[in-house]
Amino acid sequence: MVISNFARALKKRLFLKNEMAQTKKIKRGYDLKLVGKAASSIESVQNPKTFALSPTDFANLTPKVVVKEGAEIKAGDAVFVDKDRPEIRFCSPVSGAVAEIRRGEKRKILDVIILADKETRFIDFGRSNPASLQREVVIDKMLEGGVWPLMVERPFGVVPNPKHQPKNIFVTGINSAPLAADVNLTVAGEEANLQTGLDALAKLTDGKVYLSLDGDNKPAAALTGAKNVEVVYFSGPHPKGNVGVQMHELAPLNKGEQAFTATLSDVIIIGRFFNTGKLDMTRVVAAAGSEMSSPKHYKIVAGANLEGVIAEQVKSAKARVISGNVLTGKRIEKNGYLGFFSTEITALPEGDQPEFLGWILPGLEKFSLSRTFFSWLAPNRQYKLDTAMHGEERAFVMTGVLERVFPFDIYPVELIKSILIQDIEKMEQLGIYEVIEEDFALCEVIDPSKMPLQEIVREGLDFLRQEVG
Amino acid sequence: MKFVQNIFEKLHPLVEKDGKRNVFYPLYDSIHTLMFVPGHSTHNGAHVRDAIDMKRTMMMVIFALVPAMLFGMWNAGYWHYYALGEASTLMDNFLFGLIKILPMIVVTYVAGLGVEIVFAWLRNHPVNEGFLVSGLLIPLIMPIDIPLWMVAVSTIFAVIIGKEVFGGTGMNILNPALTARAFAFFAYPQWMSGDKIWINTAGDAGQTVVDGYSGATALGHLATTVGKGIGAPETQNVVSMFTADGAYSMYNSFMGFIPGSIGETSSLAILLGAAFLIYTGVGSWRIMLSMILGGLFMGYIFNAFAVNEFMRINPVHHLFLGGFMFGAIFMATDPVSASQTQTGKWIYGFLAGVFGIMIRVFNPAYPEGIMLAILFMNVLAPLIDHYVVESNIKRRLKRVKA
Repeated sequence: MVISNFARALKKRLFLKNEMAQTKKIKRGYDLKLVGKAASSIESVQNPKTFALSPTDFANLTPKVVVKEGAEIKAGDAVFVDKDRPEIRFCSPVSGAVAEIRRGEKRKILDVIILADKETRFIDFGRSNPASLQREVVIDKMLEGGVWPLMVERPFGVVPNPKHQPKNIFVTGINSAPLAADVNLTVAGEEANLQTGLDALAKLTDGKVYLSLDGDNKPAAALTGAKNVEVVYFSGPHPKGNVGVQMHELAPLNKGEQAFTATLSDVIIIGRFFNTGKLDMTRVVAAAGSEMSSPKHYKIVAGANLEGVIAEQVKSAKARVISGNVLTGKRIEKNGYLGFFSTEITALPEGDQPEFLGWILPGLEKFSLSRTFFSWLAPNRQYKLDTAMHGEERAFVMTGVLERVFPFDIYPVELIKSILIQDIEKMEQLGIYEVIEEDFALCEVIDPSKMPLQEIVREGLDFLRQEVG
Repeated sequence: MKFVQNIFEKLHPLVEKDGKRNVFYPLYDSIHTLMFVPGHSTHNGAHVRDAIDMKRTMMMVIFALVPAMLFGMWNAGYWHYYALGEASTLMDNFLFGLIKILPMIVVTYVAGLGVEIVFAWLRNHPVNEGFLVSGLLIPLIMPIDIPLWMVAVSTIFAVIIGKEVFGGTGMNILNPALTARAFAFFAYPQWMSGDKIWINTAGDAGQTVVDGYSGATALGHLATTVGKGIGAPETQNVVSMFTADGAYSMYNSFMGFIPGSIGETSSLAILLGAAFLIYTGVGSWRIMLSMILGGLFMGYIFNAFAVNEFMRINPVHHLFLGGFMFGAIFMATDPVSASQTQTGKWIYGFLAGVFGIMIRVFNPAYPEGIMLAILFMNVLAPLIDHYVVESNIKRRLKRVKA
């Protein structure tokens, strides 16, 4: 009797989260196991000399630079604004002097480089508790303080329109991408900021704020006990952490509706902004990958120059350094900058060596989701992957392949084809409003035809936004 | 292998866009990429990639075809010596088949890849790998005695009309290998059906067939029973061939000890290939399984309403006769011409099996109904997919209303 009572109590304790919140299972996906996972220690980085704020970190944005080269700015001063919606400000994460406005082809603005002061001087936007503010006041504050662009609007995956009333807001508390930063480390010490951030988001919608947590791990108490949100657990492989997958499971987006999304790291910055009145863009970033000499976490301000970290960590001259993860990240130089949204720096070996008869060898060391290489014998192997394409681009031939890692009730190949022929009606019918490019990242990895799927989806979304959005 | 790579590097300036011999670029490129997986690294999108590519995928199908091909070589020799009444060893049989079949394979590849390279050059794209498989499939579904020039003409027709006019690999509606066979079947019927062509007895003077020998296929024999009623006395010699100790017994037709197109006779060898295709994930088990189920389904219906001996054949036995197994495993599963949605694959395969047996039994003029059934289903596949995708679209629209 005593034992059975104890067992029941234990069971209740263990499965408490499942009884209270719903758990969704993601079946189709894949966890890419790579060498070089970041250790769970955090190191602070001495602020580097330069910072960059890049319009290219925001999809389909036309920037208008509002500072001149040489101007003195504080952390929280606007560097550029959205040309079409000038109330959306993109603010400097540090104080200092505008060193350079770098442009690319057709004078497209690549980034604005800021020479940082030794000690950051912040603009004081004033502390406030978003829970006790009006919706409009919260929006105005977020716009003014430059934390508005931390959210992303679906469809299209762009900076949200302040005039839009999001149906729901989705916060993903799962970093399921390969070698991603540890969620619990991200939250540690930021519990109050996280809750304030969630409170702010709750003001923006009449619907729900969903906070999705990893059902296969043990999330920190600050996450499982978060208030003012609906906690949902997701278990299964990547892309369970992709907010698009979570939306698809919880409240799929229809034509004409909008939803806002954010990651934990973004919500913490929003909360910090309300709690301190300052734009402090410090994030917990995982430095990971097989080319990092000691993979670990860092506290780095978004936009920081990474030369110091890379010089310390990446020994090989021929390594690919990525701001972001291996699926969706952006390639950067050895003296590149941390992207606006990045919570990961990855270093991999470059794979640019031709391989003799590579298409016929048994391939014991090769990573493949298909069983055409003998490496399926070791399913739990951690791979030291390089950046080789392993083949040339071809038309779609194989079928039923992409679906294996695409957990949407959407036909991926049909959708891609409708984008390629720019058939707007078909794109809408086939569900383009529910996805952004990151949702096709795993498909792109395993596609035997080596199609640039993420690029195709992004071009399709930009085209659609221009035509109907 | 550095020196081979050096040769390619030396040749490169000659064939590149401004080079003197740029006509040969597609040829150079296809050989080069066949020798070396190019050292491209990812430039945008995901930074790491699965090691699989089209070449590897296609090679898997070729590996899967090897058992059927080797058996076909042996079988060709076996029936040749059998018809002539000569004793032969396993090696004799195999060598005979090798000498007959290897030229067919070479001719198919040269003709087909020739066309591919010309189109690659005209359209300025790399040579696609699709023909690596078609080039081996085509000889395996031809009769042993077909002249080489017919193989070449059929192949060229199939690649141009079956594939290139639609835009090349990945865009075609019909299975190119079956298009080649269909072309040969209708253009040169005397070489593609009847009882003279399945066993090599032509050629050298002085070869004479032993008395009373007939070289017809199992289906050829069965076709003669149509219209004669169950139990008709003149059909009984055919019926006896399909009993346990007959020439076309279940065992013989499963193992493949019967005359027929080169690669299609041995269900055992084909199933070995099927296991490999399913295991590697290259072939769709949905299509294979549903086509077999479709064939069985039609076979049992015929059994239930039999009016002649052909309709009374055991449905399982049906599967091992003619090109059914080869069609189900290697032809219907061509991912480009088959249904592309997972639900569609079930419908597509099942109907291919149903129509295959139906045409075979109802139209004795085309005993090999599988080819026509699969081609017919190739044409229907986009329609099936359309309705499958349409239901997904409807589901999404319903959500808005709810």
